[in-house]
Amino acid sequence: MDFAIRTEKLDRVYKIRGGKKSEPRSLIALNDINLEVRPGELFGLLGPNGAGKTTLIKILTTLLAPSTGHAWVAGFDVVDEPDKVRPRINMVSGGETSGYGLLTVRENLWMFSQFYGLSSSVANAKIKQLLDVVGLSDRMNAKSSDLSTGLRQKMNIVRGFMTDPDVLFLDEPTLGLDVGASREVRHFIRSWVDNNPTRTLLLTTHYMVEADELCDRVAIINQGRVLACDSPAYLKRNLQHDVIYHLELSPFNGSLSSEIFETLPGVINVVHSPQDGFEALDLIMQEESALAKVIDTLNSANIRLLNLKKNEPTLEDVFVKLVGQSMEEVEKEGDTDE
Amino acid sequence: MSNDPNSFPQVLTPPYGTKGPLGERLHKNTGWRLYLQTVVARAYPRIIGQQREKSWLFFDILLPLLSVCAYVFVYQAIGAPEDYIGFVVIGGAMIAFWMNVLWSMSSQLYWEKEQGNLALFIMTPTTMMAILLGMALGGLLATTLRALAIILLGSLFFHVQYAVTSFAQLFAVFILTMVSLYGLGMMSASLYLLLSREAWHISNLAQEPIYLLSGFYFPIKSFSFWISATASIIPLTLGLDAMRQLVFESGPSLGFLSVRVEIILLIILSIVFLFAARRMLAHMEKLAIREGRLTENRR
Repeated sequence: MDFAIRTEKLDRVYKIRGGKKSEPRSLIALNDINLEVRPGELFGLLGPNGAGKTTLIKILTTLLAPSTGHAWVAGFDVVDEPDKVRPRINMVSGGETSGYGLLTVRENLWMFSQFYGLSSSVANAKIKQLLDVVGLSDRMNAKSSDLSTGLRQKMNIVRGFMTDPDVLFLDEPTLGLDVGASREVRHFIRSWVDNNPTRTLLLTTHYMVEADELCDRVAIINQGRVLACDSPAYLKRNLQHDVIYHLELSPFNGSLSSEIFETLPGVINVVHSPQDGFEALDLIMQEESALAKVIDTLNSANIRLLNLKKNEPTLEDVFVKLVGQSMEEVEKEGDTDE
Repeated sequence: MSNDPNSFPQVLTPPYGTKGPLGERLHKNTGWRLYLQTVVARAYPRIIGQQREKSWLFFDILLPLLSVCAYVFVYQAIGAPEDYIGFVVIGGAMIAFWMNVLWSMSSQLYWEKEQGNLALFIMTPTTMMAILLGMALGGLLATTLRALAIILLGSLFFHVQYAVTSFAQLFAVFILTMVSLYGLGMMSASLYLLLSREAWHISNLAQEPIYLLSGFYFPIKSFSFWISATASIIPLTLGLDAMRQLVFESGPSLGFLSVRVEIILLIILSIVFLFAARRMLAHMEKLAIREGRLTENRR
């Protein structure tokens, strides 16, 4: 098996039903996706909500057919050979409510293990082992309907890992979890991959830190297109020659528009986010000298500089440079469109 | 380990999630073993759920008994033959199976989709047919208990007299009725795979007319031949008619067709529905995957 996952010119178009009077319209969810993920890799798909990450996972897990193009998982075509793909994969989604509330944690996990052909003795041993690891063994006999969101997600994670898949798909696995629980989930995922060097993990996230901390390689995806694909370090290294500043300013109160900074020479990208009592401005510039022009502009508009910080490039900056907007802004725009 | 129950332990001791409890790669059954495992595993929540959620004692036994009582009192008031009361009790019991097929078989895949289980079922190496069979088996066992309770209580309350002519035939009719009925349920479940919220309305729509057409509370011989013949597409119609002929003295005189013919028709219905269920399920699964309707209802 050369690649654990490979896609070639993958497209997916949804037909969205119109109302009684309007015509159905098309939504391009994926557009010409070409990816190659090697066995043993922890590969991340990073993008805002609605970027097409979940659609891609659905195709790779045989739940959705591509409109055009091809995809292979574990060496098998997901459309023509789903029966060969399915025994080799599993998936965990953030915030999923799968299973039956009347069953206990152990019973739910046992039920799913049977659909993969694990014998009851092996399944029970595996369930116990993994519940111990995630710290859920004391709730093994609790009804799953009685679990909190965090505990339920731990159960889902055990469900995904217990079948020992060759390729595991994690779709926003930390969605809805608090900071501590998210960190623990990330730690568990990274350790699992390190201890299973032949297994492949594809993770989707819209959290930059998650992609940066976990993934060997990351594909940045927006509006159904892969904009860049490389290791987080390399993606950030491409920004090393740029200068990144975070500014906190007194409120503009209509005296200034953030668009004016984009017209200044040497300024590549501007992300403006009004905060409680101040304005935050993230600037990517070609050179340090561009900052002087920014300060001049602020002075002439009587805006006070409250805080100034030079930042090392992050994946967020990579995204901003590629898309021209922050992920938050893209998501807000998406919400407005809907 | 962390004391916070909502977080993972800070210190993780490898190996975990690795190569199985014995250190080697996990062995996974395939073929008929996987099929049987799936059937048992999917039947399990239905059977265990009945033990844990006792509300069925009220909703699934006492409420149907109220309907039975209403019809019994009407028959007593108009001086109908004594066996009609037994007809109503048996009919009331068989309603439990129709309700189970309608709400817990046909529309079940819609609920599974809403809950997020359907996608997980489809992406496993097992077949949806095995999952549906598990649902059917679990539902059948749980519902048989309810039906027996209705027959027992109804017979005690209204002093129903039974005169079984052939236990073997009665058993055969019951089994064939169940196989064909749950086959019908599995077939319609595949249709529901593509439905959104309208699934609920369709189930509602199908509920009451079948009470009438299948003759749950009266012999279908009361209808014209063609109406009875049309109603026979629902296996309960023929099954109920045959059972009544086999357990009541006046049954044969009120029967629609002979028991022998009804058994043959039930065999045909069983084969047709199971075969159609298998074909339709495979077709609908492909269609749902192509149209993206396994997980999304709004598109």
